[in-house]
Amino acid sequence: MGFSKTTNGAGVAIVRIDGQLIVGNRQELKTLVQEGLDRGERRFLIDCGQTGYIDSSGLGALVSLSKKVRDLGGELRIAGLNEDLRALFELTKLDTLFHISATAEEALAGF
Amino acid sequence: MGEDLAARLRLCVRRTPAATGVAAALSVELRVPADLRCVEEAVELMVRHCFAGLDPTQRTRFRLRVLLSEALTNGILFGAGGDPARNVKVTAELTENSIRLQVTDDGPGFDPAEVPDPTSPPAVRRPIGRGLFLIRSLADRVEFNAQGNTIWMTLPRS
Repeated sequence: MGFSKTTNGAGVAIVRIDGQLIVGNRQELKTLVQEGLDRGERRFLIDCGQTGYIDSSGLGALVSLSKKVRDLGGELRIAGLNEDLRALFELTKLDTLFHISATAEEALAGF
Repeated sequence: MGEDLAARLRLCVRRTPAATGVAAALSVELRVPADLRCVEEAVELMVRHCFAGLDPTQRTRFRLRVLLSEALTNGILFGAGGDPARNVKVTAELTENSIRLQVTDDGPGFDPAEVPDPTSPPAVRRPIGRGLFLIRSLADRVEFNAQGNTIWMTLPRS
């Protein structure tokens, strides 16, 4: 459970969410991405392939991080949403705000 | 979550006669300190007891987790003002096929009709304001008391 971050050969920071992204742990994710931004990273992939659920606070954290990254000329993408999570993004129309790929591999291919 | 907070999650499970008197119903009650660090543990405790002995679908589990997380967060932040000395009470009335969740805080309440639509073009870019919308989207039925400090949410148990 928690977050792990790696960087691939092309310099994309890949953040994996194991478990849930909710009100109690969203700050950890924000800190992780902010530290990457401070080091000059500008491309982030949030891999939700192992994510159980996300609440509105977690969605909000992704929205504010995406804006922060975009304001610095970068991009934050999302991949690996299961059926329920995908429905959450569609219901809230956040699927119009994010570049969402079925898998991390697919997201990284054109990143 | 610190041990002191974990210890303060008070769970009470009891069997009560169903309103119809036809089948036994189970009632699960949890008092949660108004501290956001308690939400995850409280959600998992409720999930465990609401589905004990059952094998519900992934979607049902997902719905219960998100509904509880949202209602608890709202109660903790806006009802109890994030004061860990206060509690938010969660009750689940379980029948064979349904879960009726009740979440009550000791705050002044709010008017759910005044909460704006978070999917409008300007609102969709905001990081806040999606909690009640998710509740309405994921529950089969949502009700409030007149004061607006108690919410009931109904969902299937299978």
